[in-house]
Amino acid sequence: MRKRRDTLKNAEQELRIFRVRSLLAIVFVLILTGVLTGRLAYLQIVQHDLYTTRSEKNRVRVEPLPPTRGLIFDRNGVLLAENRPTYNLTLVRERVDDLDETLALLVELLELPEEEIEAFNVRSRQRQRPFQPALLMSDLSEDQIARLAVNRHRLPGVEVEAQLLRYYPDSEIMSHALGYVGRINADELKELDTGRYAGTHFIGKTGVERFYEEELHGEAGFRKVETNARGRVLRELGRTDPVPGQNLTLTLDKSMQALAYELMDGRRGSIVAIMPATGEILAMVSTPGFDTNQFVTGIDVASYRGLQEDIDLPLFNRAIRGHYPAGSTIKPFMALAGLIEGAITPDTTINDPGYYQLPNDSRRYRNWLRWGHGRVNLERALAVSNNTYFYSLAHDLGIDNIHEQLSNFGFGQRVAFDVQGESTGLLPSREWKRERFNQAWYPGETLSVGIGQGYLQITPLQLASATATLANRGHWVKPHLARRIGGEPLPEVLPDTLDDIQLSNDGWWDRVFSGMEKVLSGSEGTARRTGAGLEYRMGGKSGTAQVFSLGQDQRYNADQLEERLRDHALFMAFAPIEDPQIAVSVIVENAGGGSTHAAHLARAMTDAWLLRDQAPEAEEILDEMNDESTGVEGN
Amino acid sequence: MITWPLPRSFRRHPVRPPDSGIARRKSIWERLHLDPWLLAMLLVLMASGLIVLYSASGQRIEVVIAQATRFGLALVVMFTLAQLSPTTFLRWAPLAYGVGLAMLVAVEIVGDIGMGAKRWLEIPGVIRFQPSEMMKLAVPLMVSAYLNRCQLPPRLRDLVVCAIIIGVPVVLTAIQPDLGTSLLIASAAVLVVLLAGLSWRLIAFFAALAGAALPLLWMNMHNYQRQRVLTFLDPDSDPLGSGWNIIQSTTAIGSGGIWGKGWLEGTQSQLEFLPERHTDFIIAVLGEEFGLVGMTVLLVLYTLIISRGLWLAAGSQATFGRLFAGSIILTFFIYVFVNVGMVSGILPVVGVPLPLVSYGGTSSVTLLAGFGILMSIHAHRRLLSR
Repeated sequence: MRKRRDTLKNAEQELRIFRVRSLLAIVFVLILTGVLTGRLAYLQIVQHDLYTTRSEKNRVRVEPLPPTRGLIFDRNGVLLAENRPTYNLTLVRERVDDLDETLALLVELLELPEEEIEAFNVRSRQRQRPFQPALLMSDLSEDQIARLAVNRHRLPGVEVEAQLLRYYPDSEIMSHALGYVGRINADELKELDTGRYAGTHFIGKTGVERFYEEELHGEAGFRKVETNARGRVLRELGRTDPVPGQNLTLTLDKSMQALAYELMDGRRGSIVAIMPATGEILAMVSTPGFDTNQFVTGIDVASYRGLQEDIDLPLFNRAIRGHYPAGSTIKPFMALAGLIEGAITPDTTINDPGYYQLPNDSRRYRNWLRWGHGRVNLERALAVSNNTYFYSLAHDLGIDNIHEQLSNFGFGQRVAFDVQGESTGLLPSREWKRERFNQAWYPGETLSVGIGQGYLQITPLQLASATATLANRGHWVKPHLARRIGGEPLPEVLPDTLDDIQLSNDGWWDRVFSGMEKVLSGSEGTARRTGAGLEYRMGGKSGTAQVFSLGQDQRYNADQLEERLRDHALFMAFAPIEDPQIAVSVIVENAGGGSTHAAHLARAMTDAWLLRDQAPEAEEILDEMNDESTGVEGN
Repeated sequence: MITWPLPRSFRRHPVRPPDSGIARRKSIWERLHLDPWLLAMLLVLMASGLIVLYSASGQRIEVVIAQATRFGLALVVMFTLAQLSPTTFLRWAPLAYGVGLAMLVAVEIVGDIGMGAKRWLEIPGVIRFQPSEMMKLAVPLMVSAYLNRCQLPPRLRDLVVCAIIIGVPVVLTAIQPDLGTSLLIASAAVLVVLLAGLSWRLIAFFAALAGAALPLLWMNMHNYQRQRVLTFLDPDSDPLGSGWNIIQSTTAIGSGGIWGKGWLEGTQSQLEFLPERHTDFIIAVLGEEFGLVGMTVLLVLYTLIISRGLWLAAGSQATFGRLFAGSIILTFFIYVFVNVGMVSGILPVVGVPLPLVSYGGTSSVTLLAGFGILMSIHAHRRLLSR
């Protein structure tokens, strides 16, 4: 009985314990539920705005819409730079299960060398925003695209993306003048307006592409898109369209440019042709050229080293950066300087014994013709390229006047309006020499400058520009490459154009022209063989530039010297004399055999521009030149 | 067959005259051995769960149908278990426990490796399941059955036995490794002991002991487990890795605001920013699309279910039934608390589904099986007391 009582009591006690404990449990449940509710209220009321922003940021992505780069045409509407669709290989790391395996598979599928895995590794691991595709490889071939498509299921996160890529149809001919675009590098990135360049991968690196980067690029657009967590775009919420870059019409004539390139025939040198009346640059060639297209996709190291280490310096733009002694091509400008300063008149004559001597100096400054030209006036001095006349003139003028007058023709400064990377050349002066060498100017140095040697260094563009100004009777028109930017022509007078050059007697221009015409057409002219059969009046001036200076009275045999130590051949010309349509400068490095080579090329250029279809082809000219013996025609 | 001394244990229980029940005509619910209130609330919960699941699955109706089918199966299990007498459970407890233990050992030897842990046992072509899931019921069942024999509050000797009953399966599950499940098994079983009247002094002692054991636990944790804890402490430390889940779930809930973005309108959920959105993180979908209001309604529903369950447990006159029913219902709450707590960022991420809302078959069946036993205990209270 007692035992039963105990159990009864126990049972009641157990029930009581249980009920107390379950009551406590309920209280506990309510407290914890309260905690949860509190937490939820905190998230959903207090921090609601924060999380709303976060969720919007998750969902809405602003994608840049890069503008299409403007096209570049030559003056006749021939396409020089276009945008071609190409296919890139991209990878979104977040969507790739096994990165190493995927990269190895890609290398296998694309039949790339093993080393590419390393490059892929680097490119795929570049830290960037989540779900942003990383560029693994550009410019896939049709074959590679097909193989990737077949294996798509094995390559999650790998995409083939279409992209417009710059393409230059005549890249070698146009290489230096047009320049090229390339991938934006880290230094450029620091300078760029990141908003404008959002989504743009390329930027003009040299030439026209660089100078007119601003106009060609255009304005980036944007679109707001809703994406899911995998970065897939689901719909567009809004958009601002990009403004495409402006098309550029150049002053260059592709056929003239091509002709000039062919005429150089693989030699080192440059040809620049300008329309004197407008300053439009018709051709601006530096040879050898190179394929600019390989710089667009990113040139491989071996090819780049090849170009850099090439002894012919194909990457070097000789037309605007090549420093050459002007040689005798400076003489027409020296003559004009003398006329302006009153050191000579067109009728001034000198007697040439074959050399010139400074007063109280025994040193003889030689004419190129040992026995001299006898009595020489201005026209004859130009036609036969007499040195003595110009030694005397230079001495009379003095270096200060020479410096002033030659700089009026644009020497020693940048002359063009829109040529990227132009060099100033070197127009020496007393101040320059003091600064550079801390030495006084010697009278003998003035004589060297007077025949285009010594410290004087010009660029082919400067020579063409000065020739155009001369052809214009001193009227300056700034040379330029752009004809129309987005349909708008360039202003008639470009900023910083030099002042026109005035002669006290306008007829004196004709006397200088006459001398220059005799270079080609006179019986004594240094380029009379080039001038044979001219169908229009052409003025020109030959020049040879010594690669290194020779001692006094020392003659040399061209055959004994390395090809690279031969003289440079120069020629400057314009035609027709009565209404100049074209001014040309030609420089053929180490041509040897006097200036003939350059003179022929200059005539070929003027023929092509003035006679159009009747002009001989480049091949004919080159063949003819090879047949000719390279007789001495003078300096 | 079964050597459990049943009669003795029953004799111990008080004979309480039924209030009025015997005389009254049995209602349909009584004849079906079901509690209409609890059943109704569970059905409402499951229906709400399916609605949220439709949104969370990316509006795939076939997922909803699959889940509904599992609910159907789970309801059949619940109904069947409700028909059985608590005596049966009491009698089967050791068997279920023993079989479960054997399978846990088998998993350790021949188990399938899934997601880096041995959790699954498979009879090829027949069935594939997690024995640890079954132990969530079998262990508290066994402890309840054992304590049913003892005088309560339990004495030290009984507690030692209980500790062994609990400890062995918990350790076996923990080394799979499945820390989450092992902790849930442990807590379900410990709840039985707590409800049985473990003295407050001992509770305090064990709490202190557990606190002291934390560093030891940390040292024995796997790297990914430690990572979860670290991420919980500072989700922004690895926003794209393990912190991603919690950042996205709090963003989903927080951006829902008071009223939510509307059903099927949640951008976090619909645009797949939310990971595991139809399983463990489904509550975030609810929070985003139905806001604080929807969350509160759900929590109230859970609280009502728990309260009703405890009420039913308290109504049982048999120790075994009371303890087990109480443990089932409180374990149910632990699931809710841990899941909502982890998704809202106040608890570390452990793989605990939201009861009867998260997509998944096994847990629904286990849960409704538990409710089946609870209803059986309730329906047979007079039977027991006789």
